[in-house]
Amino acid sequence: MSWDQLLFMRHEIILIILMLVMIIANLLTKDENKEKLIHLASILFFANLIAGFLPARYGSAFGSMFVANQSGIMMKNILNIATFIVILQSGEWLKKEIENKPRIADFFILILASLIGMFFMISSGHFLMLFIGLELATIPVAALAAFEQGKRKSAEAGVKLILLSTFSAAIMLFGLGMIYGSTGSMYFNEVLTNFNGSALGMLGFVFFFSGLAFKISIVPFHLWTADVYEGAPVNVTSYLSVVSKAAALYILMVVFYTVFINISASWTEILYIVSILTMTLGNLFAIRQKNIKRFMAFSSIAQAGFILLGIIGGAGMGMTVVMYFILIYVFSNLAVFGIATSVYRHSGKEKIRDLDGFYQTNPRLSLIMMLALFSLAGIPPVAGFFGKFFLFTAAASKGYFWLVLIAVLNATIYLYYYLMVVKAMFINQSDEAIDTIQSDFPMRLSLALCAIALIAIGFIGPLYEWINNVATAF
Amino acid sequence: MVSGIIGTLVLGTITVLSYFTAWQYFFTDGKVDGAYRAITGFNHVWLTLTESLHIDLGVLLDPISVMMLLVVSTISLMVHIYSLGYMKGEDGFYRYYAFLSLFTFSMLGLVVATNIFQMYIFWELVGASSYLLIGFYYKKPSAVAASKKAFIVTRFADLGFLIGILILSFFTGTFDFAALTNPSGQVLGSIAGTSFIGLSVLSWSMILIFMGGAGKSAMFPLHIWLPDAMEGPTPVSALIHAATMVVAGVYLVARMFPVYAIWAPESLAIIAFVGAFTSLFAAVIACTQTDIKRILAYSTISQIGYMMLALGVAGYGGEAGSGFTASMFHLTTHAMFKALLFLGAGSIIHAVHSNEMGDMGSLRKYMPVTAITFLIACLSISGIPPFAGFFSKDEILAAAYTSQPIYFWVEWFVAGLTAFYMFRLYFGVFWGKKTEYKHKPKEAPLSMTIPLIVLAIGAAAAGFIPFGDFVSSDGLAHEASFHWNIASLSILIALAGLALAAWLYLRESSRPEKVAAGFKGFYTAAYHKFYFDELYLFITKKIVFELISQPLAWFDRHIVDGFMNLIGRMIYRFAVAVKRFQSGQMQQYAFVFVSGVVVLALIILIWWT
Repeated sequence: MSWDQLLFMRHEIILIILMLVMIIANLLTKDENKEKLIHLASILFFANLIAGFLPARYGSAFGSMFVANQSGIMMKNILNIATFIVILQSGEWLKKEIENKPRIADFFILILASLIGMFFMISSGHFLMLFIGLELATIPVAALAAFEQGKRKSAEAGVKLILLSTFSAAIMLFGLGMIYGSTGSMYFNEVLTNFNGSALGMLGFVFFFSGLAFKISIVPFHLWTADVYEGAPVNVTSYLSVVSKAAALYILMVVFYTVFINISASWTEILYIVSILTMTLGNLFAIRQKNIKRFMAFSSIAQAGFILLGIIGGAGMGMTVVMYFILIYVFSNLAVFGIATSVYRHSGKEKIRDLDGFYQTNPRLSLIMMLALFSLAGIPPVAGFFGKFFLFTAAASKGYFWLVLIAVLNATIYLYYYLMVVKAMFINQSDEAIDTIQSDFPMRLSLALCAIALIAIGFIGPLYEWINNVATAF
Repeated sequence: MVSGIIGTLVLGTITVLSYFTAWQYFFTDGKVDGAYRAITGFNHVWLTLTESLHIDLGVLLDPISVMMLLVVSTISLMVHIYSLGYMKGEDGFYRYYAFLSLFTFSMLGLVVATNIFQMYIFWELVGASSYLLIGFYYKKPSAVAASKKAFIVTRFADLGFLIGILILSFFTGTFDFAALTNPSGQVLGSIAGTSFIGLSVLSWSMILIFMGGAGKSAMFPLHIWLPDAMEGPTPVSALIHAATMVVAGVYLVARMFPVYAIWAPESLAIIAFVGAFTSLFAAVIACTQTDIKRILAYSTISQIGYMMLALGVAGYGGEAGSGFTASMFHLTTHAMFKALLFLGAGSIIHAVHSNEMGDMGSLRKYMPVTAITFLIACLSISGIPPFAGFFSKDEILAAAYTSQPIYFWVEWFVAGLTAFYMFRLYFGVFWGKKTEYKHKPKEAPLSMTIPLIVLAIGAAAAGFIPFGDFVSSDGLAHEASFHWNIASLSILIALAGLALAAWLYLRESSRPEKVAAGFKGFYTAAYHKFYFDELYLFITKKIVFELISQPLAWFDRHIVDGFMNLIGRMIYRFAVAVKRFQSGQMQQYAFVFVSGVVVLALIILIWWT
């Protein structure tokens, strides 16, 4: 192995350096200056985001344990964008809520660590690499969920997440063991050739899938989602719901389309069942939620169900539509969470009912929120419409019309609850409407980014074609 | 004010460009071997449906589209200038100019359309801008009602247009005018050969397309919206509801003329009949109205009837095609004098603050420019030589005479009626009784009188354009022959109508009442526009609303909505029922997790073996 092989890992190396810089900067900064770390982190991360788009080299390193390819790098860039928005949105919270200022840097270090884990997972060419990446991505997030010291719910979220994800990791590892038992290898390409569909191997596959499904919160492995989303700080919730989920979805697709392509009939069957369950149950729970974070938890479960529809569409098209959808989903969800953060920071309220009359006091925020909800609900011409349309097309192109029909019926249900929030903001009157919110600059920047992206993405035709070109190369 | 000046300057540029285009087309580029050909200036494929069927956006130049470019840009420029004075100080001045520009854009897009679908798109756009402008005074309930009426009636007609387009393109596989109107009729083979209830499908589709044209051009029985459309600002009436948009129907028929004339003569016969009947019907109503704008509106309907008739009696090419040339000629001259009449009426209304003839009289003393230009327009529309209307009307009458004499006699009579009602208006307003005005009427400002004078020159002199050299059904120059016998007959009846009007209205007298009493029943019926509004109201309110819509609404509200509510309630119940899964207990979560794994494993293993 030569040193240039390390260049394949450019994204990861930059993040590791960033993390080290944050640790050192934290040590060098006096307690009263800790706020500056927020700016430092934002700027550094922005640089990382830009660097991510520089031309990259593709290839594999460490005996193809690590694989850098076009679609993986695009996924990393999407995650970079999402994390950047999360960092922009968390500044206010870090400044005001954390009395214990010295811990500010920990937030960034943990986020970076988790992101590094995801990047390794995305680029893995070996099941153990995948597993280690996954764990590295999860454990810091559990710490983040419990970040608000002294809050019972936050602590509860952290404990629940760490215990349940350990549980799922164990099941996944068990599954990997069985796969190893039936194929004699953990390398993706060798598993692909040696996998013969024996009962042991199939069982291993199901266990592995369940472990990954836990991260994506697919029913029936989703039960942790609502409690953790509600208890964790809003910014951590948005990170969990967008970044973690997107990374896990990507690796699920890669494994399905490459390693387990020979048993695609089986996993299509599984996806068929769980996608219906996920959409329907996610929706049914979301209808009744009063708390915005819980509401978003269930709605993002339902959205995951829809994404599975795209995966069913098969290698070429499925990959494209899912990545396209994830890109849009990032902006839609982060816009909603950004506004939820603002509202919570300024008024301490997090019920949907509290948004009554929000338009009167905060017209701009309401409009962005409306745009994001329309996007999630798939109302044209907002970007989400195109994303969802392509997901349906992918499933329909394989002839799964009943599945698409069920999805469309579910779409009417979520249309209802997304519009309930819009109705609360625009139509309902309230004497105690939330006061006009003055957000800081990073927050406004993040919301503006989301709003522009939501309007623009659907209209930029070449974007879809570009993703299509990239996504078919993995 | 700034918006108005910007709009006017831009339109001035457009007008100059139009004249330049016309000059280039008619004298340099357009003519090949003595015949004018169509030039596609630019064409962008917008939506591809099949290989041959695609919706394009482009610019087509041929004699009629270039002619329409001139008419639309000239009249629109005049109206823009005029409105600077007329609309001064109105609320929503900028809105007015925005709408006016929107309209002009749409109308220009319509006339240069390269294919029937582009035409349809702009057709709807002019409809929408007409709706916006009729309802410009949106605080007035009558204006709102009128704008809705215009929109609904024309939309209804456009439905026919759209179906016609769809049928036509379904069989021919193209929207393109060049392919459709090619006299060889290559693409029309299958559609002309298929017959449906006695007519060929082509004829049906052409009749449906004409339905759209009849709606826009206010042909009987779809004429009811135009008189009400006078609720809009008067310059708008001059532009949209006299000179340009309402002749879009005529333009549509002219655009598709080779198809009508060669392949669907039955539909052309219908057009001729509708045109003749409408011109007579509207002229009779015009004789009884007292609102000056309504008189002009009915006069417009009647004159468009003339144009339709001229197309209806024409054939393709040569001497038979003289009706086509006559129709286009009349369209041009009519645009001049009718715009002039409306702008003159606007000037009167501006001074007197009323639309009713009863409030006016002897205005010639106060408003000399308006009076003289108005007189020129009246002479022109009545067909008195040497004014423009005489020449174009003479050609129409001649074309009708050579093809179907019965239509000639009808139109000859209508010419007399036209002279009568126009001079009834002229004498009633500018002569007649001495009226005491609260505020002494003043002549309009320069911005309003200049367009009047320019248009008056057009209305007086446009007749001398050798129109047949430029516009004909087949592109070849067509020598309009002058028919002394027909011309003398038409001058005779025009003078008779003028004399009758002078006898009744030049001085204040009780003669009009006596004459009206003599035709009592007929007069009342004509005064009430032959009760067509009431008839439509009866059909829509009593029959459509009460007999059809209300039972349907009941069904929708109780049966359909009830069923939907039931589904909604069931989903909600179910949502409450599944709540127990989310207990907050981690042991239970892990249990569900493992159960899920087991169930999936069982499914896979059983399915696998």
